[in-house]
Amino acid sequence: MKILVAVKQVPERDAQIHVAADGKWIDEDDLSYTINEPDAYALEEALQLKEKNGGEVVVVCAGPERVTSTLREALAKGADRAIHIEADDLGERDTLGVARMLAEAVKGESPDLILTGLQSDDLGLGQTGVVLAELLGIPHATIIMQVEKTDLGLRVKRELEDGWFQHVEMPFPALLTIQSGGNKLRYATLMGIKKAKTKETATFSASAAGAKAVSLEKVYLPEKQKRTEMLTGTPAEIAAKLVEKLKFDVRVL
Amino acid sequence: MSGVLVVLEQREGELNRMSLEAVAAGHLLAAKVGGECSAAMLSSGGGLKVGGVAKLYSVEHELLKDYTADGYCAVLEQLVKKLEPGYVLFPHTYQVRDFAPALATRFGQVLISDVVAMHDGDVGPVFVRQLLQGKLNADYRQTASGPCFVSVQAGSFRAEGEGSGAEAAVDVFVPELKPEQIRSKPGEPFRESAQTVDLSVAPVIVSVGRGIGEEGNIAMMQELADALGAELAASRPICDNGWLPMERQVGSSGQTVSPKLYLAVGISGAIQHLVGMKGSKAVIAINKDEHAPIFEVADFGVVGDLFEIVPELTKAVLAAKG
Ligand SMILES: Cc1cc2nc3c(=O)[nH]c(=O)nc-3n(C[C@H](O)[C@H](O)[C@H](O)COP(=O)(O)OP(=O)(O)OC[C@H]3O[C@@H](n4cnc5c(N)ncnc54)[C@H](O)[C@@H]3O)c2cc1C
Ligand SMILES: Nc1ncnc2c1ncn2[C@@H]1O[C@H](COP(=O)(O)O)[C@@H](O)[C@H]1O
Repeated sequence: MKILVAVKQVPERDAQIHVAADGKWIDEDDLSYTINEPDAYALEEALQLKEKNGGEVVVVCAGPERVTSTLREALAKGADRAIHIEADDLGERDTLGVARMLAEAVKGESPDLILTGLQSDDLGLGQTGVVLAELLGIPHATIIMQVEKTDLGLRVKRELEDGWFQHVEMPFPALLTIQSGGNKLRYATLMGIKKAKTKETATFSASAAGAKAVSLEKVYLPEKQKRTEMLTGTPAEIAAKLVEKLKFDVRVL
Repeated sequence: MSGVLVVLEQREGELNRMSLEAVAAGHLLAAKVGGECSAAMLSSGGGLKVGGVAKLYSVEHELLKDYTADGYCAVLEQLVKKLEPGYVLFPHTYQVRDFAPALATRFGQVLISDVVAMHDGDVGPVFVRQLLQGKLNADYRQTASGPCFVSVQAGSFRAEGEGSGAEAAVDVFVPELKPEQIRSKPGEPFRESAQTVDLSVAPVIVSVGRGIGEEGNIAMMQELADALGAELAASRPICDNGWLPMERQVGSSGQTVSPKLYLAVGISGAIQHLVGMKGSKAVIAINKDEHAPIFEVADFGVVGDLFEIVPELTKAVLAAKG
């Protein structure tokens, strides 16, 4: 089974975020980046499927030069090959634009299965995988926790709201968007890191960004709607103030 | 038709609340862009009525009984082509996430997803959505021509009074759909093994987020919960890591709770977490980041290091109880 995993590089969660001077995106200068969390689960699922069924795992990421560090990490964890779609202008592309770029790179590979994360931590669109499947004309399922290969194709466990699940069966080739928590994530071993150096990263230059269907006009700090009473002081003083609130306002003590 | 078409979601003949919030957003939008606000419903068997909209399109086909992305995309593509609405609105449910991006793609459009507000721009409406897990807001605008697809986030538009009013005239739409167009086979929804805790009835909840850093620190949180006589709950990453069982997860894919007190420790307040605890009578948040979105729903907030504050709080609570 040939599995392609689309991974995105996103700002670290604890990063201090500042709006860029033009108000159209965030200041990227002092940010550190990491793999989008659900994509790490997508990669893990792919590696486990390969261990069970054999085959190949190819990781693909579209973005500027910096994303190669994320691809290298995926190789160190056990992916066989990487594809870097060179694009310095992700901000100039909407979901359709990004998915088209991915589709172009995927077409030459003809994978049996494509995995993406269910949502990116920065843009939070939750769409790129579904749009990619539509462009490629293959079936998809979203918010997937478990993947099983069957005689006919795939059987997946899909998360529904409020703690409900559902199994869905579908033929190959297919695309799944992976939810966090289905597996335990592995770490790259020293051996893996060494081996990664011998693995291939193909580069692909993205075609020029076309017209957008939607555009992000402006980013800004959300306005506070609710007045929160902030409690300050030393930890002991804060604890004392909290106990007062628990006694007299919340009335649980 | 121009105007706004709201695609409602129902399960077993019952309209979900987010559908009515989408209708509320539909009315707001129709007032901005002109035209009427109508609604569409798939496979309700005609039993479900909705008031207060111009018209209700009831899309009926055998093959729509069980939800599939292929089936929903195919019939909604036909309906949208026939009605030519200016805007197509959805509630941002897991089902909508599954098919609406593909539907928009068929029209060369991009779904503007999980919108929390709308306002007037220089050229047409501006849709506000969150970035970076609620740390920032962003204004989006459609730049292509053709139908604009939008989904609205839970709790962003007030559903009160929506859906009542004069019952809309029903127009039955019978789409063309063949079995071979549906490539996936959905199974029945199920729940994991029986729950051993029911957080929905807990009067006091101490909830733990990724801020606690490692599994060993759960014990410290358990001590605080014990002191308060509270149940321990968590955000998703804690359960993903197996530090607490899944059944203690609060949020859109976990439990919905409404305790007298929800004490959120080291939780950032992503929308998927907030929808599960917004109904709490009182919320206290402890977080080292003053901009964390959890403070948006907190009555009392502490900006600081949980490792300094939690042990002191446990001590103070025990002392207060004597
Ligand atoms: C479809 C879908 C469904 C989801 N369902 C759910 C769900 O049901 N429930 C859920 O919770 N999430 C759910 N999520 C995930 C959600 O989007 C967030 O990723 C998650 O809630 C984040 O958890 P967190 O706040 O614990 O972690 P983070 O966002 O990483 O936040 C950690 C917080 O801890 C603070 N912190 C760190 N160190 C300290 C310290 N020493 N002292 C004080 N504060 C500190 C940080 O400032 C930060 O705010 C879902 C996501 C998707 C896409
Ligand atoms: N630039 C990119 N390169 C590779 N994969 C991407 C990129 N952008 C999005 N994806 C994939 O699409 C998923 C959903 O992203 P989004 O639609 O932005 O929420 C991510 O989890 C990734 O798997």
